[in-house]
Amino acid sequence: MSSTPKSRKGLVSVITASSVGTLIEWYDFYIFGSLAAIIATKFFPAGNPTLALLSTLATFAAGFVVRPFGALFFGRLGDLVGRKYTFLLTLVLMGLSTFLIGCVPDFSTIGYAAPILVLLLRLLQGLALGGEYGGAATYVAEHAPEGERGFWTAWIQTTATVGLFLSLLVIITVKGNMSAASFADWGWRIPFWLSIIMVGISILIRLRMQESPLFLAAKKSGQVSSNPLRDSFTKKYNFKFVLVALLGATMGQGVVWYTGQFYALSFIQNTLRVEVAQASELIMWALLFATPFFIFFGWLSDKVGRKWIMLTGMLMAIVCYRPLYTAMYETGLAAGGGTLPVTLVLDTANFWKMVGLVFVQVFFVTMVYGPIAAFLVELFPTAIRYTSMSLPYHVGNGIFGGLLPAIATYLSTKATIANETALQQNLPLPYEQPYLEGLWYPIVIASVSFIIGALYIQATPQQKN
Amino acid sequence: MLNRLRRFMGIGWMAIGIISGYYLLMSQAIPKFQSSQAADKIPAIIYAFILTPLIVGSFLIFGFYALKGEYDQPE
Repeated sequence: MSSTPKSRKGLVSVITASSVGTLIEWYDFYIFGSLAAIIATKFFPAGNPTLALLSTLATFAAGFVVRPFGALFFGRLGDLVGRKYTFLLTLVLMGLSTFLIGCVPDFSTIGYAAPILVLLLRLLQGLALGGEYGGAATYVAEHAPEGERGFWTAWIQTTATVGLFLSLLVIITVKGNMSAASFADWGWRIPFWLSIIMVGISILIRLRMQESPLFLAAKKSGQVSSNPLRDSFTKKYNFKFVLVALLGATMGQGVVWYTGQFYALSFIQNTLRVEVAQASELIMWALLFATPFFIFFGWLSDKVGRKWIMLTGMLMAIVCYRPLYTAMYETGLAAGGGTLPVTLVLDTANFWKMVGLVFVQVFFVTMVYGPIAAFLVELFPTAIRYTSMSLPYHVGNGIFGGLLPAIATYLSTKATIANETALQQNLPLPYEQPYLEGLWYPIVIASVSFIIGALYIQATPQQKN
Repeated sequence: MLNRLRRFMGIGWMAIGIISGYYLLMSQAIPKFQSSQAADKIPAIIYAFILTPLIVGSFLIFGFYALKGEYDQPE
């Protein structure tokens, strides 16, 4: 690795090319989620809004569940033919799928073909995302000098948050420049169409990149794996690291990530009923203030090690979630004058207080997520790195993290129903704060992950080059 | 000392795998399969055929490796 260190300028080009593409992939993936309510009315049979929303959520979940399959498919390809062409392919696949979602005629025009096409395109998006991240992180890490991988891969780690920020910004900007009726009619398609321009630029940048020096060296010396899937998952020596990466790191990281960036938004919009544009704006401020900490914790992990930064972030999240969400609820009540109206508009003081409370959650995300790419890359040898690191990452995030909204909603709905039943029967309420019950999912998952990480992850991982 | 704890905890991770599987099937997958709403079938399938085997399998194998001392570290 250190035999062919890139110059600073060369590294900046590598980071730019990798990060821009990954950022656009996240943007593509999130605009679907952010516009889920509108997509439901367009592509699923009208007349039953709940069914339409559920169908879209199912599509969303399908997007998450196929991510691990994308990790396997493209990870294998990346370890066989190289990182450069593989994550170029994922970018093309993602860009085309996103653009085409914006082109599909709605249900009233082509009937059931509409939801089927959207579902298929969404699955392709998930597949592409599954292949992208591992490739970008591996590619950057394999260019970075020894002892600086945390810092350089942290730039890739900012892309998921910046992608979410960009998707919210584009949606707010498009909405702000047309009437609500026009946006609902056709304007929602613009964020999808914009993707093709961004992807085009990113492809041009990526085409100019060189293959990873470590992969080229491995290929030259005949050390490339002929069957990365077999070598990653059937050889105990590697598979035990896949398991510890999943259960001791990415599982906890996934739920901390989704709680800080999605559950917070869902809580603000659905439980506190804060006006949609204001809710998006406050999340954007929190993301903006917290994003530099990805780089900071990536850099710090080069100095003091990755393990305890990630685990401290996880522990702080476990301890602070309930007090943080209690404070968010009380802030909402204070802004509403003691109640939560149908639509809550926060005054300036409470708006910034809420930004601060979300910022703290995203700060935890930066601690857990900032160093994790370097941690995963260092856990596996070059020959099977793309495959081996992609799967635990996407299982941890896609499955444990991605299903957080469904399980958290189930837990809080169950508590609310139990309270309503008790109220009807004049019994004491079983749940004092039913709106906090959904938090048990991330708290329990992150706690298990913390214990496994603390006990089984080596503080100084092997540097497998 | 820590290695003994790592091995001993292996039993706990296997138990967590089995308890998680039971919870996911009984509280999530089966009620959704029995639901009359078509929209519940997709999450039911995801829980029963993707999440549950993956979580149970991961914890069982991880616990087994831990119990066998595969994760022992130099003390």
